[in-house]
Amino acid sequence: MKSVFLHSKIKTYLLQSFTFLLLFNLSVASAQDVDEARQKEGRKLFKSLCASCHKLNGKLIGPALAGVETRRENDWLKSWIRNNAEFQKVNAEAREAAEYHPSAMTAFPQLTDQQIDDILYYTTVGEIKKEVVADTTAVAGGGKQGAPEWLIYILCAAIIVAFLMIASLLKQVNELKGNTKPEVQSNLRRDLEELWIGVKQNTFLHVTGTIFLLLITAYVGFGLLFKVGVDKGYSPLQPIAFSHKIHAGENKIECQYCHSSAKHSKHSGIPSVNVCMNCHMNIAEVAEGTEIEWDGITYGKAELDREIAKIYDAAGWDKENLEYTGKTKPIKWIRIHNLPDFAYFNHSQHVTVAGLKCQKCHGPVEEMDEMYQHSPLTMGWCIDCHRETKVDLKGNDYYKKIHDELAKKYNVEEVTIAQLGGKECGKCHY
Amino acid sequence: MASNKKYWKSYQELENDTVVQNVANNEFVQDIPTDEFLGNKETLESSSTTRRDFLKYIGFTTAAATVAACEGPVNKSIPYVVKPNDIIAGVADWYATSMADGYDFANILVKTREGRPIQIMPNKDAKGSTTARVQASVLSLYDEKLRLKEPSKAKKKITWADAHNEIGTALTQLKEANKEVVLLTGTMASPSTDKIISEFIAAYPNVKHVVYDAISEYGAVEAFNAMYGVRALPSYKLGDAKAIVSFGADFLGDWHGGFEVEYAEGRKPENGEMSYHVQFESNMSLTGANADKRVVVKPSDQVYALLNLYKALTGTNVPSKATPVDAEIKKVAQVLKKAGKDAVVVTGINDKNAQLITLAINKVLQSEIIDTVNTIHTRQGDDMAVQQLVSNMKSGNVGGLITLNVDPAFTLPNASEFTGALDKVSLKVAMSTEFNSTVEAMDYALPISHYLESWGDTQFRAGQYGLMQPTIQLLFNTAQAQDILLKWSGSDSNYYNYLKTYWSDSVITDTSWNKVLHDGFYHTGVTDAPEAKDIDVASVASALAGSVKGSKYELSLYTTAGLGDGKQANNPWLQEFPDPITRASWDNYLSISMADANELGFKNPVRDNGAIDGNYATLKVNGVTLENVPVMIQPGQAKGSIGLSLGYGRTVGLKEEMQVGVNAYPFYKDFNNFQFDVSIEKTSGWHQFACTQVQKTIAGRHDILKVTTLKEYLTVDPKDHHHGWNKPAYVSYDHNEVEANSIDLWDEHNREMGHHFKLSIDLNTCTGCGACVVACHAENNVPVVGKKEVRIGRDMHWLRIDRYYSSEVETREDAKEQGLSRAEMYRALETEAENPEVTFQPMMCQHCNHAPCETVCPVAATTHGRQGQNQMTYNRCVGTRYCANNCPYRVRRFNWFNYSNNDEFDYNMNSDYGKMVLNPDVVVRSRGVMEKCSFCIQSTQATILQAKKEGRAVRTNEFSTACSSACSTGALVFGDVNNKEDAVTPLVTDKRAYGVLDYLQTKPNVIYQVKVRNTNEA
Repeated sequence: MKSVFLHSKIKTYLLQSFTFLLLFNLSVASAQDVDEARQKEGRKLFKSLCASCHKLNGKLIGPALAGVETRRENDWLKSWIRNNAEFQKVNAEAREAAEYHPSAMTAFPQLTDQQIDDILYYTTVGEIKKEVVADTTAVAGGGKQGAPEWLIYILCAAIIVAFLMIASLLKQVNELKGNTKPEVQSNLRRDLEELWIGVKQNTFLHVTGTIFLLLITAYVGFGLLFKVGVDKGYSPLQPIAFSHKIHAGENKIECQYCHSSAKHSKHSGIPSVNVCMNCHMNIAEVAEGTEIEWDGITYGKAELDREIAKIYDAAGWDKENLEYTGKTKPIKWIRIHNLPDFAYFNHSQHVTVAGLKCQKCHGPVEEMDEMYQHSPLTMGWCIDCHRETKVDLKGNDYYKKIHDELAKKYNVEEVTIAQLGGKECGKCHY
Repeated sequence: MASNKKYWKSYQELENDTVVQNVANNEFVQDIPTDEFLGNKETLESSSTTRRDFLKYIGFTTAAATVAACEGPVNKSIPYVVKPNDIIAGVADWYATSMADGYDFANILVKTREGRPIQIMPNKDAKGSTTARVQASVLSLYDEKLRLKEPSKAKKKITWADAHNEIGTALTQLKEANKEVVLLTGTMASPSTDKIISEFIAAYPNVKHVVYDAISEYGAVEAFNAMYGVRALPSYKLGDAKAIVSFGADFLGDWHGGFEVEYAEGRKPENGEMSYHVQFESNMSLTGANADKRVVVKPSDQVYALLNLYKALTGTNVPSKATPVDAEIKKVAQVLKKAGKDAVVVTGINDKNAQLITLAINKVLQSEIIDTVNTIHTRQGDDMAVQQLVSNMKSGNVGGLITLNVDPAFTLPNASEFTGALDKVSLKVAMSTEFNSTVEAMDYALPISHYLESWGDTQFRAGQYGLMQPTIQLLFNTAQAQDILLKWSGSDSNYYNYLKTYWSDSVITDTSWNKVLHDGFYHTGVTDAPEAKDIDVASVASALAGSVKGSKYELSLYTTAGLGDGKQANNPWLQEFPDPITRASWDNYLSISMADANELGFKNPVRDNGAIDGNYATLKVNGVTLENVPVMIQPGQAKGSIGLSLGYGRTVGLKEEMQVGVNAYPFYKDFNNFQFDVSIEKTSGWHQFACTQVQKTIAGRHDILKVTTLKEYLTVDPKDHHHGWNKPAYVSYDHNEVEANSIDLWDEHNREMGHHFKLSIDLNTCTGCGACVVACHAENNVPVVGKKEVRIGRDMHWLRIDRYYSSEVETREDAKEQGLSRAEMYRALETEAENPEVTFQPMMCQHCNHAPCETVCPVAATTHGRQGQNQMTYNRCVGTRYCANNCPYRVRRFNWFNYSNNDEFDYNMNSDYGKMVLNPDVVVRSRGVMEKCSFCIQSTQATILQAKKEGRAVRTNEFSTACSSACSTGALVFGDVNNKEDAVTPLVTDKRAYGVLDYLQTKPNVIYQVKVRNTNEA
């Protein structure tokens, strides 16, 4: 035990000092050369104007732009960016460059010299590796943050054992000192024995005790049985390590961008691969330092890039030549939210008509790396919500007449779903 | 008087059979045999299982089941790789298309879910109508047992390319040798295909196109051609008719493709008048059952009666004979004369001369009901050419035979001659959607796409076109016949482009292709009426009279509403569909009159379990013998006549369960539906029918039906205490007679809030066709249970159409009361069964506002919704069956078994393909639960949701059920009575409206409209 701790401690120190050195070098380089404001401005412009066709490293529709200034003159680039079509008429090199891709590049006559320079500056210096610093400290401090669960148990057990040992030691010490109180103890023992005899002879106590025990057993048993088939927390291992946290949380993609049929249909719909490709055609790799927790393992950039490659594999996307090969294969996701066949549920009723947020039933999806079932999805859970929730009229003409009539009948201002009939068996079971 | 009538479902009831009584009194005929088992000491003692062992087994199985259930199943969710734009998973798409399979033609709408067709409905914009067969054809699409999946040569798989090469070479060789090649097809009624065939013939001049209809209407087509110079069938505007006289024409069935929509238009008493319909026939047909007056007459006399009518109308003497119905003919002649141009005479005799006589009669009447302009193009078969083909094949003059979706090796009367002669044909190619006898006998089998997978066009009537479009990707490696023919003709166009060009050039004049494709139909103006040529009636009549050779027994061949020509014989929905008249499923049978049955010793005893048995007969017609034909005694069958339906008895390629019935095609000599020279002989053994006619009877509650006459309807106050034809029920309360609705066991609820659904069923316009029954099957995932289960009354139909016979003298008791002697009694019963009146009554859960079933359910699995629906919660049901026992309408169905994923019930729910037809919005019920009509709650809820999503009130007439959408005649009307504009609202308070068994005060939400018969003789 000791040696393991020591070993890991040494390793941590080594790592820390090594990364410190590394960081020191990096930060020296960047701290001295990079004008952060220019880089930021350039990055912003690049992301909004250029990124749909260009990447810094690796080709997309257009060529990779990292270090483009080392390949072309600044003036040449400015003319090309402002209006490459006009430029081609006067410049042979531009005509040659235009042959890179059959579709012509968009002209940006609105860009000022300063803006173009900023963009070019960004292509030269690239990303500032600030987050690396944060991440390495996180890694370095990782050992301190979370003690493994088993350790806590072992510690507790050790404390209890130690306590017992101390108690027995004290007892021994007392006995050795001759400091015993035999009368008191025998009194206590006699009392206990009498109590025990009393308990043994009391039939009433027996009966109530048995009933109590049976009730407890039944209650616990019932509760356990009721949980059969309730898969709250169900989180099967999916074929692709897809993180809702990255997509819905960090990148703030609308749920219904991918689950687009939720507003039209009973199914929310698993997005087809072509929907993934809308973005991932341009995003072949994650940003430096991206991490997710997946099935208890931390996935870093290398792993996540491999996961993105799985989409390309399914869509039949040739990353090198940037074209579809036509060799597609389906992605076999594991379904998490399973309702039995005899229960009818319709997403559009809840999303479009009631205007519920997805999180109401699915929980904080934007914080989940690995998706899990947040709600129990039991009938009681459905009914509870139907009982409490008021009908959202929202100027919906459908409800006008019936709501007024029911409000009058129940003498309430706002009618609940249950009062509207949302508790009738046949509304969900057919 | 309506109230005096007694109703019965089977002749056995008339004999007051105790077994029938017992069956009538018990909802579940068979007890669960626990007493039988536990009460038998010997079996218990001889059992090797001791009490201890038994407990061990129980303990072990429970533990095993628990352990097995510990791990939940892992469900996969597999999305599209590239999602098609117009598909949203979970939302249905509808396509307008047409059905044309050679026998059934219809403008239809197809409901698809995730790219799978799951239901067919009539395209009412195109005035389309559907029958049970059209509705069920969606299941035939998924028939993985019968459909051809790969091209093959001599039963070995080959590629399409090889097949094209080899057949192309063979065709060229035959062309060079100038040897005849025959292309044998059914009626396709497709103008673009006709053009493709003519181009094929242009490329191979040695090819001859022969059209063959298994069920022939050649006589009518030829007669119309002879008189009007157009090779088609006349149409009939029955909605405008004042008098309709039919000689065996089943025009509510399959005759000319059916006229139920037009007929129903003329049967609405609200207009103050109704058509007067007289039917002369030998078999009890759907049309005869609906007639105001049905005259039973054996086949030979039908022909003479037709001639006698001509005589009576014109006074001209034509060769004929006296018949027992001449008095009726005289009356009918008067009626027809009175109705004049609003009268029409039709006949179902497939004989050119008989058809010519009716055309002549209509000409004499100057009938405006017969429509010679909008001629029908869906029967084009040429019987002569077909017989010529067989004899040419026999003489070795045919070098090649290409068949397309026809099965002459089974359906030809001389099928064996045809198959034998095939040896002399060198090139034998069968293009077919399904495997059949012909495909088996030919060398090449080319799989053809189902109509739901195909492009195409159909000309139903002159100027009435329909487009056909694919509603699913090809399920198997099939192709369209048109594409194949184009390829063989050397064209490099595909049929889709060809069709589009053809329509743009030759059909569409004032709109776009996309619009027509969306609508599914296109109507153009029609040409002028053709001039009627004069015919030599005298010679026609003498030829007709000479062709009839009356005999003691005469056979009348017909088609049933279920199987038709037998193309869809492997369709479990259609096999389980009870015949509208006999209520028998999974069979055809020899129908015989009670008098003849008594003479020949045939019986239909009812067994303890409510099942009906029948004797076997050996039937000999024109030298052809058929053994073991089951016999069914049919009230209303003409004495001296027997009936037998075509289309059954197929075995090749069919699932074992579907190989039922006997093949009547060998009797179909010269394609004549009347056959003389018949002998019948009783043989030993009992046939087990799956017939529901003694099951679910009304147990003496005769007032379930209300029928009146047009005269009474117009003159008598319906609520009149004595004479009213729709008077309220009275019950005894405190020894006083009070109106039933003044007392009630249940509390009344306010039903004016929100929606309140009601269904109105017009007994007048319901023809009993059964399209709704199959529509309900498709919509609600109703399982097929098979012949054995139907036989003992365990059919699962949520909607059945009860067929009642009615007459004035009833049971033995009635006879005793009337003081009849034993002999007289039998005669009386016989008379009653001779020609009873028939009434159809669709019966499903009545959705009682005060439902007896809800009161008795111990677990509250059946409850009442505010919207009027009686809701059945399957997951709550524990199967006590109390509800079924307490239901006065006998409409609840119990799942005795798991009908899905069960090899014992190997129908559509036991195969991956068959399951594709299931409606994903309705659960498949499992064993041990009760089920019943839900008023299509999935559909009403979907309509409400659509309105909510669009933020609007539900539109007028927006609600519908599967049965109401499928009803071609508009007899079923569904809607929300809290919307005053809905079509159903005024019907609820109509003077014809009544609730069945209203004295029980169950307050049903299904409303029936009293049937009105026209006895005014026009």
